[in-house]
Amino acid sequence: MSPDERPRIGVYVCDCGFNILGTVDVPAVVEYSKTLEGVAVAREYRYMCSDPGQDLIKKDVKEMGLNRLVVAACSPWLHERTFRKTAADAGLNPFLFHMVNIREGVSWVTADKAAATEKAKVLVRAGVRRVALQEPLEPRREPVNPDVLVLGGGIAGIHAALTLANAGKRVTLVEREPSIGGNMARFDKTFPTLDCASCILTPKMTAVKDHPNITLYTYSEVVQVDGFVGNFEVTIERKPRYVREDLCIGCLKCIDECVYRDLRFPNAFDLGLGKRKPIYVPFPQAVPLKPVIDPHDCLYLKLGKCKLTCVEACEVDAIDFAMKPERVTVQVGAIIVATGFQPFDARRKPQYGYGVLPNVVTALEAERLLSPTGPTEGVPKLKDGTLPKTVGIIHCVGSRDENTNAYCSKVCCMYSLKLAHLVKERTGAEVYNFYIDMRTPGKGYEEFYKKLLEEGAKLVRGRVAEVTNAALSKGETGKLIIRVEDTLAGQVRRIPVDMVVLSVGMEPQADAREVRRRLNLSCGSEGFFTELHPKLAPVSTATDGVFIAGACQGPKDIPESVAQAGAAAAEALALVDRGTVEVQPYVAVVDEDLCSGCRICLGLCPYDAIEFEAEKKVARITEVKCKGCGVCVVGCPSTAIDQRHFRTSYLLEEVAGVLA
Amino acid sequence: MTEYLYYPGCSVKGAGQPYERSLLAVFRALGQGLTEIDDWNCCGATAYLSVDQDMALLLASRNLALAERAAGKDVVAPCSGCFLALTKAQETLKEYPEHRARVVEALGRAQLAYRGTARVRHPLEVLLRDVGAEEIQRRVKRPLKHLRVAPYYGCAILRPYQSVDDAHTPHVLEDLIRLTGATAVDFAHKSRCCGGMLTTGVQTVGLRLVEILLDAAKQVEADVIVTTCPLCQYNLEVYQDRLRKVTGNRYDIPILYFTQLLGLALGLSDAELGMDMLLRVPVLAAVKA
Repeated sequence: MSPDERPRIGVYVCDCGFNILGTVDVPAVVEYSKTLEGVAVAREYRYMCSDPGQDLIKKDVKEMGLNRLVVAACSPWLHERTFRKTAADAGLNPFLFHMVNIREGVSWVTADKAAATEKAKVLVRAGVRRVALQEPLEPRREPVNPDVLVLGGGIAGIHAALTLANAGKRVTLVEREPSIGGNMARFDKTFPTLDCASCILTPKMTAVKDHPNITLYTYSEVVQVDGFVGNFEVTIERKPRYVREDLCIGCLKCIDECVYRDLRFPNAFDLGLGKRKPIYVPFPQAVPLKPVIDPHDCLYLKLGKCKLTCVEACEVDAIDFAMKPERVTVQVGAIIVATGFQPFDARRKPQYGYGVLPNVVTALEAERLLSPTGPTEGVPKLKDGTLPKTVGIIHCVGSRDENTNAYCSKVCCMYSLKLAHLVKERTGAEVYNFYIDMRTPGKGYEEFYKKLLEEGAKLVRGRVAEVTNAALSKGETGKLIIRVEDTLAGQVRRIPVDMVVLSVGMEPQADAREVRRRLNLSCGSEGFFTELHPKLAPVSTATDGVFIAGACQGPKDIPESVAQAGAAAAEALALVDRGTVEVQPYVAVVDEDLCSGCRICLGLCPYDAIEFEAEKKVARITEVKCKGCGVCVVGCPSTAIDQRHFRTSYLLEEVAGVLA
Repeated sequence: MTEYLYYPGCSVKGAGQPYERSLLAVFRALGQGLTEIDDWNCCGATAYLSVDQDMALLLASRNLALAERAAGKDVVAPCSGCFLALTKAQETLKEYPEHRARVVEALGRAQLAYRGTARVRHPLEVLLRDVGAEEIQRRVKRPLKHLRVAPYYGCAILRPYQSVDDAHTPHVLEDLIRLTGATAVDFAHKSRCCGGMLTTGVQTVGLRLVEILLDAAKQVEADVIVTTCPLCQYNLEVYQDRLRKVTGNRYDIPILYFTQLLGLALGLSDAELGMDMLLRVPVLAAVKA
């Protein structure tokens, strides 16, 4: 088509079943479209995106010689690509097509049919005027870096990293704690099979350590992400361990010889229940098995004075108090975010006495008390060292609760049943579960519930009102009394117990917001990262090349996290194995005749994509670097910069079309 | 010296007289001014609000409007019932413009204006926050060593508004008890129900609730229970003999207002503090010696 060829525009208005037709008078919009200048044909179809719908367009292009297309349907997010391909298949340049959104922007947001129809007409008019000006463009292709970054070393991150590494990809795995393993490493057994968590996790952790394709950065955080799909540049900050990982052989003699003879500092891995020295490994199976020195606890790092028995004990001179935070930069083509969750803070339900009454613990603390490597070596004990005779497990703490989190945390019913089983097995205690609804969908889950019932677990249906030490009788004195409305018995009960376990729900990590900002992700109202599509793109995100897996996307258990991690790895693989990626040609261009050489745009460009050409005294845009953000277009005082496909003239014509 | 407006309510003019007497004496001793609001009326208590919300709000807020007319900001309301009724009016009018409009209009017809500048305060919180622990400590002349005190908050100053203290883990009363030199015992029942009006309405339930509190105080070997509310004080004190007849258990524990306990530590006389109006003073005198 030559530039001066008169536009012959085809307008296609989609019913989208009843999605649009239910609110917009589509035939009226079609009739109106026919009256617009340049429109050669206008048609209605039930589903424009279907094959027959697309064929309709292709046929018209060929038979009627159309040279521009407008599709009025859903959001371009969904089907812009579809119709660009339709245009290309019909022999048109795909950028001579424009999509008008009359579903998300019109029919779904009003019930007023007359107003909706009027707005649809106005938007089609604007689109027709815009498309008449559009010029053909060619998309760019950029090479894709085949390496992948995995953010978070819990079970999801570990599984994703291993899958990619086994496929021959080089993977960088970044974990903020001193060891990988995440929350799963804290558990003793897993539901519903009751297999040992560390027996199934530690082989995978070791595999990460030994895999030639995986570079592991523990005690490290991603501080910056630049670039775009296929070409990310990620900056990682490594916190100082004060023990050189390259030299340390993991003999742990330094820990034995520390001047602190006893364990006196709370170990974060044990949620503070267990104690450690200033130099420590968080748990015996840690990967890497290299000690960390906590600068807040270490005498030398705090006061500059110590006998330094650790240094003396180290045969390979790995202890280095001069270590500083270090930054590493890696280039990757795709990023998998698997940053996990944080447990709900039980203090936010003060009626349950957490942090005030002794022997009220959270479920994660109970996991540590049940772990053979935990502070009580696998047998939960009361603060006074005795075994509990009765234990109450309270479900839905901070879940399904309008005052805290309205959503169901999904895993708590099952892990509560598991804890009930383990506590009974280890202590012989009588265990009560207080639940609202028992939710056990999943393979073998309902069977596990049944097994617990057969074991004689006591189940009371009702949301617990409070846990108190205000005794009303001799039998209650010295006990924790659980007050609950037993909704099956139809009465208020007071059940005295020795220990209370609060089954806290899952929440987004405290710093999920920063991660989101760094990677340009979105989130739902509860703060979990949002997938591109809840059903059909569950691990993709709105940022091309960034995928999500595990509990950072929403509450989920181990099997689901692993399944999602595998899916994310496959999606990342599909991307990096493609070799190149199509980049939209929406770059900015400088009109050298208008450019005054003021260089304002150089400072404005966030991507360092503009250079000053000294000879001609004009700005020049490096297309590969330009992201098409438009900042320079707006900033240019001489209106010398324009952005392809979003030229100022197009936008003004579109606005004029709306206002006409 | 800070000037406070004083909303007494009916209770402290009747059975709760020792509360008023000791409150005024303590404020005087600490150099705080307390001026009774002129022409104050009933707060509406807990009952009126469920009968006619607008009228109840109007009744309570008239007192706040009077306070504003007297150019006062802080209204000290010692009775828990009054404190709750006035706070509820203050908060409701702040949150719901439609109620506020109706109340303002009605008050206007009586040449009164309500702007929402008055603030309802509880004397316990005034003592600890405004006067301050340091100042109180400095003024203590007679530390009440060896006295074991059960802190008893009752319900209304903690729930639902938490302007005095956190409803689940309150500690201001314990803080004050410690300032007097006494020991605040760990009293798990400190914000449980005293029986309220049930002691007259459904006596079996009311008496049982009183019994729970007295038993709990006995269990932790408290010498006295300190209360913040005229109704709590009345229930816990008056029904001790009745309980003995019903249960056979002997109860003989003095029930003091926190202002009386503080007054004793400040060296005020029994007469100034209305100690002679309590039913169980003799026992306390023995403890004091």
